[in-house]
Amino acid sequence: MQTQIQPKTKGKPGFLRKHWMDILVILVVAFLLFLLFRSIYFRFNFQKKWDTFYYHFVTNNGYRRLLTGMRNTGIIASLGFLIGLFIGTVIALIKVIPPYRKITRYAQKVCNLYVAFFRGTPIVVQLLVGYYIILPLIGVSMTPLASCVTIFGLNSGAYVSEIMRGGIQSVDSGQLEAARALGLSFPTSMIRIVIPQAVKNILPTLGNEIITLVKETAIVGYVGAVDITKFFQDHAANSYEYMVPYLIMALIYIVIVAVIAALVRLMERRLQNGNRK
Amino acid sequence: METGNNLSESEVILDIQDLCKDFGNLKVLKNITEQIHKGEKVVIIGPSGSGKSTFLRCLNCMEDPTSGAIYFDGVDLTDMRVNINTHRRHIGMVFQSFNLFNNKTVLKNITLAPELVANEVLRRQKWHNRLLPLTNLFRKTKQTKIPITTTKKQIRQDVEANARRLLSRIGLEEKADAYPSTLSGGQKQRIAIIRALAMNPKVILFDEPTSALDPEMVGEVLDLIRQVAETGMTMVIVTHEMGFAKEIATRVLFMDGGTVLEQGTPDELFSNPRSDRLKEFLSKVLV
Ligand SMILES: Nc1ncnc2c1ncn2[C@@H]1O[C@H](COP(=O)(O)OP(=O)(O)OP(=O)(O)O)[C@@H](O)[C@H]1O
Ligand SMILES: [Mg+2]
Repeated sequence: MQTQIQPKTKGKPGFLRKHWMDILVILVVAFLLFLLFRSIYFRFNFQKKWDTFYYHFVTNNGYRRLLTGMRNTGIIASLGFLIGLFIGTVIALIKVIPPYRKITRYAQKVCNLYVAFFRGTPIVVQLLVGYYIILPLIGVSMTPLASCVTIFGLNSGAYVSEIMRGGIQSVDSGQLEAARALGLSFPTSMIRIVIPQAVKNILPTLGNEIITLVKETAIVGYVGAVDITKFFQDHAANSYEYMVPYLIMALIYIVIVAVIAALVRLMERRLQNGNRK
Repeated sequence: METGNNLSESEVILDIQDLCKDFGNLKVLKNITEQIHKGEKVVIIGPSGSGKSTFLRCLNCMEDPTSGAIYFDGVDLTDMRVNINTHRRHIGMVFQSFNLFNNKTVLKNITLAPELVANEVLRRQKWHNRLLPLTNLFRKTKQTKIPITTTKKQIRQDVEANARRLLSRIGLEEKADAYPSTLSGGQKQRIAIIRALAMNPKVILFDEPTSALDPEMVGEVLDLIRQVAETGMTMVIVTHEMGFAKEIATRVLFMDGGTVLEQGTPDELFSNPRSDRLKEFLSKVLV
């Protein structure tokens, strides 16, 4: 019975006939790239560039500072995100309280102002204003790292609040009703029932927010914190060699973002399984 | 009739006085005054949009009445100073669309509220005892410590045992760890009913409990409601199942245009409708 069904393709001739267009395109592109790289290679001395980089990075122990930079990027992005998640959740909660009481309405106005401010100005400006104006004015001294964590937390709080509000509104209103009808308070119902479901719905968007945050941390050099970008900037300036460090910098960011994206996808799948059980 | 005599004697559970509800300019409920007595099974019928759901939802203040009062156990629920949550715990509610918590297992759906409530009571007692030396300083008659007889762990065990007992009563004990999305509509609604029962309510409100069900599952849900009714539970049921209404009701309210137009025992209402509106309604639903 099984032998009646024979695969019709007979190896290479079929493959070529099917894909000759693709192969042609690939060959042409490869040839063009080859020309491009050849001209670049003869214009720049890559061996020398690499040697310079290697000297400063390895022999001169530059990599140690890179580790600090990566740690700082990680701290600012992750702590900032956690703070943002907390602030964002609180703001989203305040925004979805039925506005019966005056105090609710005032709180909602304050939240709107907060979100409008942090979404309406560039984060570099927030960082500079926070570090060079607000902190001295209120007389608090903070390390650059701590102030970056704070600003990034406050900033991401504004974005997360909008994401979270969308998530909360996407949860069927019957869920809250059932919880309230059982005599659970509004905050308890939200925290136990609505927000877990909201978070599940917005997980991809939250993942994007983390990635955005990681990328935005590249500006913390403005207030003297050393992150990945700042490290490579300094490295390049000290060695008068820009190409290799910046290329590696870009690669590091790409890898970090890819890893986070993969983690988020994994988590998403986990949560979905939890519901299908 | 005999039920009429019993009614005036037995305890009033819900006393609705002059209840009005507006949605903007739309007057949905117009001056409804009604008493619901202990053990009664009140069935509410009426055309779509007549305000049945709104009336039911006003009873536990899921909708805040525009004016009027609702006395539950002698407390006016419409009073904004009343902590509505403590009273809602004694008023069960079953929804048309089940509304089981999607992020919780069946068991958790049932135990969540009882466990939280019991833990809250325990916490309050503990704090009362802790602060006693301080608060007693300001009291003339000194208070004594509340004897604490349970623990968080004990509470969890108790509510879980109770939940499993209820689940086995409806033959779904093997679904304890399943999530709602895997259940049939009939199973969901039966679990929603025992979720309400797990709070030991004094009255249960049903808003069209079988309207969202496939026909073959209506029976199992009605059976469970019947069983609960037999335990003497006070019930207010909005339904379009006229046969079931006839069978289970001790009193039927016919609502139309935001008022209770006519009411009485099922016999009176279904066999001798007085108003034209009710006649018209019955001729449509009793095909
Ligand atoms: N939240 C709301 N906002 C505005 N109008 C509402 C709201 N809830 C209900 N209404 C209106 O109040 C009226 C009565 O609604 P209600 O749901 O109480 O009717 P019902 O008798 O339960 O009808 P059905 O049999 O279709 O369930 C309807 O006209 C409806 O449009
Ligand atoms: Mg309705």
